[in-house]
Amino acid sequence: MTETPQNTTEDSNGEGSSGEAGTSRRALIGWGGAGLALGAVAAGSAVAMTRGTDQVQTVAAEAGGAIGFHGDNQAGIATPVQDRLHFAAFDLETDDRAEFVQMLKDWTAAARRMTAGLAVGEGAYGGLAEAPPDDTGEALGLKPSRLTLTIGFGPGLFEKLGMADRRPDALVDLPAFAGDNLDKNRSGGDVCVQACSDDPQVAVHAVRNLARIGFGKVSVRWSQLGFGKTSSTTPEEQTPRNLLGFKDGTRNIAGTETDRLKKFVWVDGADTDAKSAWMTGGSYLVARRIRMHIEPWDRTSLQEQEDIFGRDKGEGAPVGKAKERDEPFLKAMKPDAHVRLAHPDSNHGATLLRRGYSFTDGTDGLGRLEAGLFFLAYMRDIRKGFIPVQRNLATDALNEYIQHVGSAAFAIPPGIRDKDDWFGRALFSKEA
Amino acid sequence: MRAVRLSVVTAAATAAALAAVTGCTEKSSSGGGDQAISVTATDDKCEVSKKEFPAGHIELDIENKGSKVTEVYVLFPDDRIVTERENIGPGTKQKITAEMKAGDYTIACKPGMKGDGIRQAVKATGGKTAKRDPRLDAAVAAYRKYSQDQADATLPLAETFAKAVKAGDLDAAKKAYAPSRIGWERTEPVAESFGDIDPKVDVREDGLEAGQKWTGWHRLEKSLWQAKKITAEDKSLADQLIKDLTDWRERVGKAEITPTSMANGAKELLDEVATGKVTGEEERYSHTDLVDFKGNVEGAQDAYELLKPVAKENDAALVTELDKQFAALDTLLDKYRADKNSYDFVSYDKVDETGRKQLSDAVNALAEPLSKLAAAVVK
Repeated sequence: MTETPQNTTEDSNGEGSSGEAGTSRRALIGWGGAGLALGAVAAGSAVAMTRGTDQVQTVAAEAGGAIGFHGDNQAGIATPVQDRLHFAAFDLETDDRAEFVQMLKDWTAAARRMTAGLAVGEGAYGGLAEAPPDDTGEALGLKPSRLTLTIGFGPGLFEKLGMADRRPDALVDLPAFAGDNLDKNRSGGDVCVQACSDDPQVAVHAVRNLARIGFGKVSVRWSQLGFGKTSSTTPEEQTPRNLLGFKDGTRNIAGTETDRLKKFVWVDGADTDAKSAWMTGGSYLVARRIRMHIEPWDRTSLQEQEDIFGRDKGEGAPVGKAKERDEPFLKAMKPDAHVRLAHPDSNHGATLLRRGYSFTDGTDGLGRLEAGLFFLAYMRDIRKGFIPVQRNLATDALNEYIQHVGSAAFAIPPGIRDKDDWFGRALFSKEA
Repeated sequence: MRAVRLSVVTAAATAAALAAVTGCTEKSSSGGGDQAISVTATDDKCEVSKKEFPAGHIELDIENKGSKVTEVYVLFPDDRIVTERENIGPGTKQKITAEMKAGDYTIACKPGMKGDGIRQAVKATGGKTAKRDPRLDAAVAAYRKYSQDQADATLPLAETFAKAVKAGDLDAAKKAYAPSRIGWERTEPVAESFGDIDPKVDVREDGLEAGQKWTGWHRLEKSLWQAKKITAEDKSLADQLIKDLTDWRERVGKAEITPTSMANGAKELLDEVATGKVTGEEERYSHTDLVDFKGNVEGAQDAYELLKPVAKENDAALVTELDKQFAALDTLLDKYRADKNSYDFVSYDKVDETGRKQLSDAVNALAEPLSKLAAAVVK
């Protein structure tokens, strides 16, 4: 198993995080909350494409462990994908930089506690009877459940705070793509919070408490609940299925693939200029709410479904291959097959770390399932990642069954290094 | 309590002897067993026979020697009424009684039944007196006066509304509707503390309990804006509204108000906005929600301003934030009226989703710090 820089948690005696993954608390419970089990998988060699790896995740989830909060990169990106999501995009309500920085510090303090399974501030009970409790209380007694809180900044933030000279070029305004039908009330945002956890109540609690701390400084613009991860960053695991019933994102970047993370996900110092130096160790996130036309899809023949994806439905093997993870032979697929068009080989190597979730927000007014994929992808540069891939998908046969209805892009600043660090420090500190 | 009571009885020596003879040791219908204090009211004086007396059952023997009809009140330090007597005519005598625990009180005579009255500080002695913060007592007293003023000012406006309804004048009634509600909306937590008045005057159709008759403003709102006609029953409901609002006005002085209830009342007013007005549910037929909204915010701000000096000492940052957010919400609301001195707001059905979201965000931005006011006051 390749050692990768991992997020760390302060140890119990309050000292800073250990830089040595081998001995840090994070090495024990950080990676999927099940370092031991993962070790076993690693020992079982990298071919571990077995049911056993599901058990790894199960063990991790049942253990309800904490993911380390500190590290060079924010947690919640290369972290093994948790089961549930609550994603929120906020509008900035202040143009006072100092006030916003204080909120980021308050968020950091709250996030540090919540990811460790602790209540916000003075807790949910036992305080002054005349005052509302600091913590809202619904996560009391629940385990940390691998909660990660990942914070990002949208394009509008830089202008509103008079920091246009710090907006990275890589954080472009996304162009219009063929077939887009974007709802402005489900798009954009100046700040984002991605809360992932194995327990939905833990994720919702986290967003709710951060929103509460943010009142007056930021207001929720839109938010999305997700269940059923559609991608995995754990290579040993079976690729999860989306709501169309297919495995997608089989060749996703794994949390253990240091080289690919470096190449495709983390912003390198060499990428940056005066505007974006603060982004070293960060990443860029594109979020897309993709509505699926579930009912027409369900009436589509199996052959057509498989042709559209370029994989078989049962195993998920590429056309003409036997196993899910067999290298696809793109030319065997239809020219408009989804896998063929999305594959790095069709996009000059462009590769995204996908972290999406299925969603079902009940039904729409016409009685149709209001469902789809909440697509989340992390990349080193949006111009070299999402944009070329999405442009290439203009002729995707799948487009007949999906529609992009929400869209947002965010710059994800680097990780929280230690107990004195806070979200976005590099952006807002003069020395950065 | 009993020991104190007995000492009161023995203190009134003559009366006690009489009581002993009749075998009634504690209470007598004549009140003779009680501590008696004479109150002599004139047009410019309010004289009391004793300024200190043992705590217990107290009888006030009032004589109006002035030329005006007067009222006499016994008040707690925060001006909550212990007991009162109105309409004491010139040259007449009245007796009132009160149970007074140890502590400071005020006896006030109001010649002409107006104003704050001519005041005398008195003290009931014996037993322990709870420590009070005079600044908070003053804040509560000022808020009680504010609440009373709002109720007093509401009645004539409500009567204008009721008259229009009774005259069958649809347009005049519609015009008078929202203004008649502002004073109520400003002080709603006080009115709601009585429990029985709010369900009579301010209930919405969906808030009715099984078997409850729908009365009050919103019943008439539906007739005026939806049915667009005034029935005979509506006319009697207008009379009922005045009767119920008069009841409210009479009871404000006795409302239990504390610094905490003031602070939380301010927060509750914002809750009212967040749950009823921002959604347009409160005034679903008339769409005058922004008038109520403004009234709620004004009432919250007025309560806050009275508590501010104390809150500022305990939590200066909170006060800065509240000042900022009240100002921000006021500015936002002003966008919905042409004249800042009028309550002529844009009809809420004309406020689009973006506008409603802005209002909702501003309410959240204010209500969150406002929820911390009570703690800052009692700290």
